[in-house]
Amino acid sequence: MEYGLDLEYSFNEFLKGFGLSSEVAHIIWLPLPMLLVLVSAVVGVLVTVWLERKISAAAQQRIGPEYAGALGVLQPIADGLKLLVKEDIIPAKADGILFTAGPILVLVPVILSWLIVPFGQNLLISNVGIGIFLWIALSSIQPIGLLMSGYASNNKYSLLGGLRAAAQSISYEIPLALSVLAIVLMTNSLSTIDIVNQQNGAGILSWNIWRQPVGFIVFWICALAECERLPFDLPEAEEELVAGYQTEYAGMKFALFYLGSYINLILSALLVSILYLGGWGFPIPVELIAKFLNLPINSPFIQVFTASIGIIMTVLKAYLLVFIAILLRWTTPRVRIDQLLDLGWKFLLPISLANLLITAGLKLAFPQFFGG
Amino acid sequence: MSIAVTTQFICFTVLSLVVLIGALGVVLLESIVYSAFLLGGVFMSVAGLYLLLNASFVAAAQVLVYVGAVNVLIIFAIMLVNKKEDLKPSNDIKSRRLISTSICLTLLSLLIRVDLTNVWSLSNPQNSIGEESTIRIGEHLFSDYLLPFEVASVLLLMAMIGAIVLARRDVMTKDISTGLPVDQELIEKSSEPLLTNKN
Repeated sequence: MEYGLDLEYSFNEFLKGFGLSSEVAHIIWLPLPMLLVLVSAVVGVLVTVWLERKISAAAQQRIGPEYAGALGVLQPIADGLKLLVKEDIIPAKADGILFTAGPILVLVPVILSWLIVPFGQNLLISNVGIGIFLWIALSSIQPIGLLMSGYASNNKYSLLGGLRAAAQSISYEIPLALSVLAIVLMTNSLSTIDIVNQQNGAGILSWNIWRQPVGFIVFWICALAECERLPFDLPEAEEELVAGYQTEYAGMKFALFYLGSYINLILSALLVSILYLGGWGFPIPVELIAKFLNLPINSPFIQVFTASIGIIMTVLKAYLLVFIAILLRWTTPRVRIDQLLDLGWKFLLPISLANLLITAGLKLAFPQFFGG
Repeated sequence: MSIAVTTQFICFTVLSLVVLIGALGVVLLESIVYSAFLLGGVFMSVAGLYLLLNASFVAAAQVLVYVGAVNVLIIFAIMLVNKKEDLKPSNDIKSRRLISTSICLTLLSLLIRVDLTNVWSLSNPQNSIGEESTIRIGEHLFSDYLLPFEVASVLLLMAMIGAIVLARRDVMTKDISTGLPVDQELIEKSSEPLLTNKN
């Protein structure tokens, strides 16, 4: 499966044409994919915020934002601008350093995790060997930022929200990692590229969701809990905790939390589509389409077609999942904290352990279907 | 010096400085909360050093275990019992300082000895495994390091059972800290649902 556009190689060759050394070309190349991913993540947040407003309005039989741009598409930009120009307040009794560092620590790991999100065979920032494990490790940093901002706010609701966030994040990380482990067991690799390639043998039929239905559901529930989306938004339960750890925040620092939670939601949706829904794969294998059109798989047309289909499919699958998450948020009630912890430790943990065991057994019994 | 080597040198210098200053801060700062957060920073920089050494799996495991689990639990514990009271100065501060200094110096001399006796340069730098290290670590854990691995898991199991016994007071008849008999009724009541009892 070693084909696909290699933009980095072409770009470096292009710069070398101007007489630059390969090292300088590499340094000029490096920030480009990072900037591109950062921009697409932020645009993704704007789209998700608009979707959230519109879908919640539809769920409650309202119209939603309407005047800012057609169908209110500019509303999220207006929100962002408002937060940008608001005064940055640090409460008098708060701990200034920790208060500022908290939101940064929440946002940075989430953005770093985009390192491993592939949109095509070569369309990712870095194909690191530890791949999906990097995301699990990075997402474990977030609770520190939440605890930090909860503590630094010097407010009992903030502290309680921070503690809840950390407890929730720790208890849902274990089933999450176990269901990822079952996938890794089938792929024999931690790399996200390999995980997607292993699913794209026979189009939609070879997607992991058919081989890992239990893992898919466990992973999705845990991902929602990690994002603190509504059935699990205990850390910022309005009726109990005002707004949890973000109670004292205003302006850009609040915006960092807001941005972080939405980027995290999109990231989780992208990872679900990569792990279980075939990533950039089209439901019908591209090889079949190429054969049907009588074009060789390496022809430029098929290359560009594959790359654009890859990006479209990844984004489409991710936004389908985001849509489901938004619907869940506006139609389900919140669970209690004891129900939340019970669900994590007494239900999801044993189920994901059993899923891992069964996957290992099936891999030994049917190596051709479950990865040899 | 090529650009890659320069970048590596700068990263190494910054990470080492953060580790040293952070570790000093953990020990010397008065506020226990700052110490705990600085400890997380030190763990992160150590993970960065592992990354520089091409050990990405060890680096990620360091972040997951030390930052994500150990440090979060430490901060959690501090915040749950964080009483704003001045601690009484202990009487035997001099002997304590003496003992801790001697232990630290012993450890330091041990580390220096390891540093001096170990052969650090690789015989063949091209042979470094890099990305393959995940597979190698797995192979070692399930072959020649199987016994230490399993013993560690038994140790963790023991700690877990101990924690459960301490947390479930109905196992014991006497409270551990106060020595008073445990009020079994209170436990019964608190485990009942709170809302159904009203009316």
